[in-house]
Amino acid sequence: MNKTVLDLWVGLFVITGIAALLFLALKVGSTSAIKSSDSYEVVARFENIGGLKPRAPVKSAGVVVGRVADIQFDNKSYEAAVTLRLDKRYAFPKDSSAAIMTSGLLGEQYVDLEAGGDSAKLKEHDRILITQDAVVLENLIGRFLYGKAQEGAPK
Amino acid sequence: MLKQAIENLGNRTIQGVWRIGFASRFFLAMLLHSGTAFRRFGLTIRELYFTGVLSLIIILVSGLFVGMVLGLQGYETLQRFGSESALGTLVALSLVRELGPVLAGLLFASRAGSAITAEIGLMKATEQLSAMEMMAVDPIARVVAPRFWAGVISMPLLAALFSGMGIFGGYLVGVKLIGVDEGTFWSQMQSSVDFQQDIINGVIKSVVFGVAVTTIALFEGYDAPPTAEGVSGATTRTVVTSSLAVLALDFVLTAFMFRGLN
Amino acid sequence: MQNDNLVEIEQLAFGYGARSILTNINLTAKRGQVVAIMGSSGCGKTTLLRLIGGQLKPSQGVVRVAGETVGELDQAGLYRLRRKMGMLFQFGALFTDMSVFDNVAFQLREHTDLPEDAIHDLVLMKLHAVGLRGAAQLMPAELSGGMARRVALARAIALEPMLVMYDEPFAGLDPISLGVTGNLIRRLTDTLGLTSIVVTHDVHESLKIVDYIYFISDGVIVAEGTADEMRASGLPYVHQFVHGEADGPVPFHYPAPSYADDLKLGGRGA
Repeated sequence: MNKTVLDLWVGLFVITGIAALLFLALKVGSTSAIKSSDSYEVVARFENIGGLKPRAPVKSAGVVVGRVADIQFDNKSYEAAVTLRLDKRYAFPKDSSAAIMTSGLLGEQYVDLEAGGDSAKLKEHDRILITQDAVVLENLIGRFLYGKAQEGAPK
Repeated sequence: MLKQAIENLGNRTIQGVWRIGFASRFFLAMLLHSGTAFRRFGLTIRELYFTGVLSLIIILVSGLFVGMVLGLQGYETLQRFGSESALGTLVALSLVRELGPVLAGLLFASRAGSAITAEIGLMKATEQLSAMEMMAVDPIARVVAPRFWAGVISMPLLAALFSGMGIFGGYLVGVKLIGVDEGTFWSQMQSSVDFQQDIINGVIKSVVFGVAVTTIALFEGYDAPPTAEGVSGATTRTVVTSSLAVLALDFVLTAFMFRGLN
Repeated sequence: MQNDNLVEIEQLAFGYGARSILTNINLTAKRGQVVAIMGSSGCGKTTLLRLIGGQLKPSQGVVRVAGETVGELDQAGLYRLRRKMGMLFQFGALFTDMSVFDNVAFQLREHTDLPEDAIHDLVLMKLHAVGLRGAAQLMPAELSGGMARRVALARAIALEPMLVMYDEPFAGLDPISLGVTGNLIRRLTDTLGLTSIVVTHDVHESLKIVDYIYFISDGVIVAEGTADEMRASGLPYVHQFVHGEADGPVPFHYPAPSYADDLKLGGRGA
């Protein structure tokens, strides 16, 4: 095996290897990590976040506009404080509402942002005031049973 | 008799510890003498051919088959929960996070690792390493270090190729054969495989495996008794030890990398 | 001060733990001499070569090569000294992944900055000296034992060393190759002005070409002298060795209990 043929094969090997890595990186994975330079953070408080996890998507009208950056428990108000990192390109009115939805029937949970009507926009570290908690299955069933009981009782 | 058994155990343990110490010094010596491997990069390139290029066939074919099986089995299981659309995710995540680095590591250990051990063991048995020393050329710098770096460079590339072929295999079976929707396959995959979490971690794993397997292979060869049985025993030990090392390191790395997800 | 002795060994002792391999060795090799170290297998001859080459450190005593004490050199000094020494290993120890040409060129390429043209010429000259210039492009696997050793010799003299050590150069060769090898050793020593230390147990070939012989038995030097002195020696060990006698100081029988006892003659139970 003379040197030039050997070099050729090694070169091919390295190139295909790097190509495979690139394929994995670009076509397979999503480089959706939103960098802090093109994003801004807002906080939303929920009484129950259900199964929401960090890095879950934040969608508005079904389009991903940000990610959940952090979830903390507020010991004073006994609520969950969820930090949303939104893409700088999208500005939302100050009175927008955040709701925790489930994708599909039993899928992962995400935050749905519904735009309000205020002309003033949300800025860094602002708070979203109107929030809707996650739907917890047990509460639903409880309500349903209670409602049924109510229906049946006073005749 | 019991006393004898305990003595033997004690002896074996001390031997084992001594050997690990020796292997660590060997590892350090290898790193320190790596200058030659880079200054005369032709040496490393030559080894890249023997460890990387010659492992290509087995890696690509195995990757393809593993991917295809993942596609089949994955579809069969997911379909029970009505989640066939998650096939792309299943195939991609399994490969990139675990199967790619680990299986490529095991295959590398048995193909390239055993070849390295046999080669170096034979060089030792035929006094070639001694001859090199007597000619004032450090065998660790000239023979061992280039092979080490070739192994470390090859492993992540081979693991990526394995995962890539695997995903292709899963695509062939899932989309072309079974009929899962092509668009769903890729888009689901893209939305759930994260570059940092999954792919980078997979690459880190394969680099660690490369270091472990190549070091074990080189050490066993260098330390082999200079006889036929010695070399064959060393080759077997390389495959066994480095396979176990890959699996153990995989557990440690996975626990470390993926614990923060929930 | 030009010392005539290239290699000086004084009161050398070497062993592994409790096992002593060499004891109280005193040996000198003058420049231009062919010195033979003889003895039966496993008596420490190869160990002696390794001590001279610095691969082992003596437990006691000194080894001096060209005035430098080998045991005290650091890595760099040792490598510097080794560039002036050549070693011929028992079966050649050629690098199997390179051609004959590349093997001989190895040291030239590693230790000098000579351009490839110069290296080409030097390699062919060395191969010519051992008669294998035509085999330059063969691979070591294609060579016979004798040829491999001649290539190894060409490789050992590539950098024109001052000392060449031969580990059993005659072992396993056919009569023609034996003659060729012995001839080469003598000729190269004379023409290149080397010093050669030959470890061997081949009596015939070595006695023809050596200037001085040391006999080692059980790790001690039992006799020394010129070839003629050895041939005429009355010492039992030397006599047995030189004349190839089956029994003598080196016994035929491996130590065992008495024959009668082993066969259980006389005294067998009822």
